[in-house]
Amino acid sequence: MNSLSSPAIEARGLVKSFGNTKVLRGLNFRVGKGVTLAIFGPNGAGKTTLIKTLASVMRPTSGQVFIDGLDLKEHAQEARGHLGLVSHQSYLYGALSAEENLVFYGRMYGVAEPRERTREILSLVGLTARRHDRAATFSRGMLQRLSLGRALIHKPSILMLDEPETGLDPQALASMWDILRHDAPSRTIIFTSHNFERALAVANEAIVLGRGKIAWSAQGDVLTLTSLSEAYVHTTGEHP
Amino acid sequence: MSFWRQALAVAHKDVVAELRSREIITSVLVFAVLVLVIFNFAFTADVATMTLIAPGVLWVAFAFAGVLALNRTFIPEKEEGCLEGLLACPAEREAIYLGKMLGTLFFLLLVEAVVLPIFALLFNINVFQIEILAVTALGTIGFTAIGTVFAALAVNTRAREMVLPILFLPIVSPVIIAVVESSALALDGGGFSDMAVWLIILISFDVIFLTVPFLVFSYVIEE
Repeated sequence: MNSLSSPAIEARGLVKSFGNTKVLRGLNFRVGKGVTLAIFGPNGAGKTTLIKTLASVMRPTSGQVFIDGLDLKEHAQEARGHLGLVSHQSYLYGALSAEENLVFYGRMYGVAEPRERTREILSLVGLTARRHDRAATFSRGMLQRLSLGRALIHKPSILMLDEPETGLDPQALASMWDILRHDAPSRTIIFTSHNFERALAVANEAIVLGRGKIAWSAQGDVLTLTSLSEAYVHTTGEHP
Repeated sequence: MSFWRQALAVAHKDVVAELRSREIITSVLVFAVLVLVIFNFAFTADVATMTLIAPGVLWVAFAFAGVLALNRTFIPEKEEGCLEGLLACPAEREAIYLGKMLGTLFFLLLVEAVVLPIFALLFNINVFQIEILAVTALGTIGFTAIGTVFAALAVNTRAREMVLPILFLPIVSPVIIAVVESSALALDGGGFSDMAVWLIILISFDVIFLTVPFLVFSYVIEE
């Protein structure tokens, strides 16, 4: 990726296997600070595995990952403090209120004043009025906003989102990106997506994963809807 | 400092969630009381014989009810997808273990506090002796300490409800045997000095069961 800026994320020979199945096959890439990187690929290409491995939720089978220069093998705990992760699942406890969920994660991320930060986050994601309601009573869109708040509670320098548009209407999706821009415009963001148009509206770099390898990557003027669509069909053999 | 803060945050979260849903406490309590009622009807013996079998009956109830509680320690995390959320936090895995262990210990001690008077009433045996209360607490600590690790191990398997008792009960049996033997001696009028051998075994296993998880939990909880 952007080799000129010092990388927020760097993967060297990243391999992840489940039993005999190799899902990631020796990925090498760098993501510069402040970059918004979109990851595309057909189902089973390894997008979710890549996000979870970078987020140190999964251990790589081999290879190295550096988060803000920290080797995940040696400094995973410290590196996790730099990361925010929004996954398919909200990671929220249905029995706890929105406020309790955020305060809990604030404590887990070592936030100095978790209650104060929770108030800021609830305001940011527009859920102040529902702060005492249990997460189990929330709609999909509200859960996604709360999940985003959870991922931002410790002001991470890198945010990873795994198919954030799933289950969200265009308005909710636009609101999510507004929140991200408003919170920290210079944050490094990596997200997976199936929607080229929506993803390219926010991304300034992109990669296409095919069978666990980076099949195509682009940035700047080279990255257009046409170039991405053609590369996707050419490298994966599938239509987006 | 942050280690304890994170461990207590996990325990507090579990207690708050459980006090709202009462999923663990209700099922464990009902199960334990049912076991006592069944044994009470099954054995119609004199007081001396009842005193002999009482500790065993009590710990059959506690052990199987405890397995139920342990089974629920990580399953809600897994079902709600929150286990990954916990693993993504910059928390030592051991802090997560300690938090989960303290939460389960709180539930089991709460259940025991309710079950013991019922047991005393049904079997007409005075269990409110400092010796019995002490060994019950020590037994529960050892039971929960190692049980939490096995609960984490079982949660990633398909037949998790079956895997936990099959793996866990043989390992924890020294603790259960030591508690039962100590309690029997106490009910027979013995003091701490009379049960010294069993107490040493019990405390030794508590120490082992509290140490081993800190060495292995990160490997158990991560895939």
